[in-house]
Amino acid sequence: MILVFVEQNNGTFKKASQEIISYAAAIGKQTSQPTAAIVLGEANNLEALGNYGVQKVFHVNDTRLNQLDSKAYTKAIVQITQEQNAGAIIFSNNSTSKAVAPRVSAKLKAGLVVGAVSLPDENFIVKKSVFSGKAFAKMKINSPIKIIALNPNSYSIQKSADNAEVIAQNINFDNTDFTVKVQSTNKVQGIVPLSEAELVVSGGRGMKGPENWNILEDLATTIGATLACSRPVADSHWRPHHEHVGQTGGTIRPNLYIAVGISGAIQHLAGVNSSKTIVVINKDPEAPFFKAADYGILGDAFEVVPKFTEALKKYKASHSS
Amino acid sequence: MKILVCLTKAPDTTTKISFTENDSKLNEAGVQWIINPYDEWYSLVRALELKEAGIATDVHIISVGKADVEPIIRKALAIGGDEAIRIDADSNDSFFIASQIAEYAKANQYELVMTGKESIDYNNSSIGAMIAELLDRPFISHVLNFNIQNGETTSVREIEGGEETDTCPLPLVISCQKGLAEQRIPNMRGIMASRTKPLKVVPASNSEPLTEIISYEMPPQKSGVKMISPDNVDELVKLLHEEAKVI
Repeated sequence: MILVFVEQNNGTFKKASQEIISYAAAIGKQTSQPTAAIVLGEANNLEALGNYGVQKVFHVNDTRLNQLDSKAYTKAIVQITQEQNAGAIIFSNNSTSKAVAPRVSAKLKAGLVVGAVSLPDENFIVKKSVFSGKAFAKMKINSPIKIIALNPNSYSIQKSADNAEVIAQNINFDNTDFTVKVQSTNKVQGIVPLSEAELVVSGGRGMKGPENWNILEDLATTIGATLACSRPVADSHWRPHHEHVGQTGGTIRPNLYIAVGISGAIQHLAGVNSSKTIVVINKDPEAPFFKAADYGILGDAFEVVPKFTEALKKYKASHSS
Repeated sequence: MKILVCLTKAPDTTTKISFTENDSKLNEAGVQWIINPYDEWYSLVRALELKEAGIATDVHIISVGKADVEPIIRKALAIGGDEAIRIDADSNDSFFIASQIAEYAKANQYELVMTGKESIDYNNSSIGAMIAELLDRPFISHVLNFNIQNGETTSVREIEGGEETDTCPLPLVISCQKGLAEQRIPNMRGIMASRTKPLKVVPASNSEPLTEIISYEMPPQKSGVKMISPDNVDELVKLLHEEAKVI
């Protein structure tokens, strides 16, 4: 059996979850094994996970699991893996799986590939991102049980009308399994997190100061993009650290990355060069970023960006009517 | 309270990555090795701050590597660790490395083990959580803010699109994200002192690697940039819609 760990988010399943279920189901098909999801904590509409290719859902309906405690999550996933004699466990490469997948790996002595970007081959060799996006490695998992954490935006969703069978799963927790207490959660509402964003608008030092970010915000709002920035911008506190993309920030792979006033240093390119389409707006013809771009505009950001935003608004108006 | 800070070496962030031996090995010619930035700037410095605040008594540094990691260990000692341990093995398998560190940590009773959120070479982001499992301890990842009061820790950790504040008793393992502390440059006194601080070399114990890297490849090259006049942004919109199909 192939297992896939799925997180529910306010009653819905995020795109990244749909991607990993489709990915797990493809491995199941490849190796002629059934695929099942693991869902921890309160959740609803779990039958619908069948739409993306799982036949079963093991649901541990325990309110203590509504919040992450990596010890408790690990115990649940390990127990289900052992009971089902599963051969592989798939995670989405996100903040929860970074705390849980390595624990499961250590407990089961199951080799783990973090940051996979494609399906494993017949020898379970998996391609993964290394050097923060500067290269890829083909990594072989030698243990009987294999664990893969798939990068978001790396696998296309396969949807059907099938429903999954939901099985209530019991885990023998004891008090020592829950040690972390969540005091508060602070989430920016209504914005797709950078790691999952399909469209990203990013600004660099060429923006000259935080007071000029309104033109990038307008551009981002127009197309529903998430904002990002280069390292000097985050280090100067023009923008929050979580917007920093690059080798020591986030590594992202959106469909569209629009870089404004970013020269394109090697560390920055590492974090964004997996983007499917890159647009560079810069007034320096020598900016190295142009070499890594699909489309470029040589010009002053403060003139080009508002014009570009207007053109996009016009395009959107004509396409929505 | 004793803290164990885990370090690894990583190629300097400006390194142009290339491979040798049929793309099976990193080409190390000309590579400048540094302390993995997350290990140094955030994890190590926060550990030192906890010592300076009188919360921690000892800050020990551990790295799994051959003799060539000693320069970065000495640098960490110059920034301020009390003593260092090098486990004599060369591996890029996370489980192997975590097993070595966990074994040492278990024998030497560290209440807090700290790692960077990931290394910038293999980006596995795994060592901390694996150590936590091997020590049967709680683990908090991507910590942006960390404090200890009366044996109870408070961590702010990064989650998708936001932050979460967690409390948890010691002993604990955490992985450190950018923002947890400010980078420090070692001063001359630190550099002099680091030369005589203890650096213990410990043989590696038996542990099977669970993964191996078969080969490397570079990302596909872009076919070339299409330049568009700044007076013709409509053309860019059209290309993004019709050619790139991203809007």
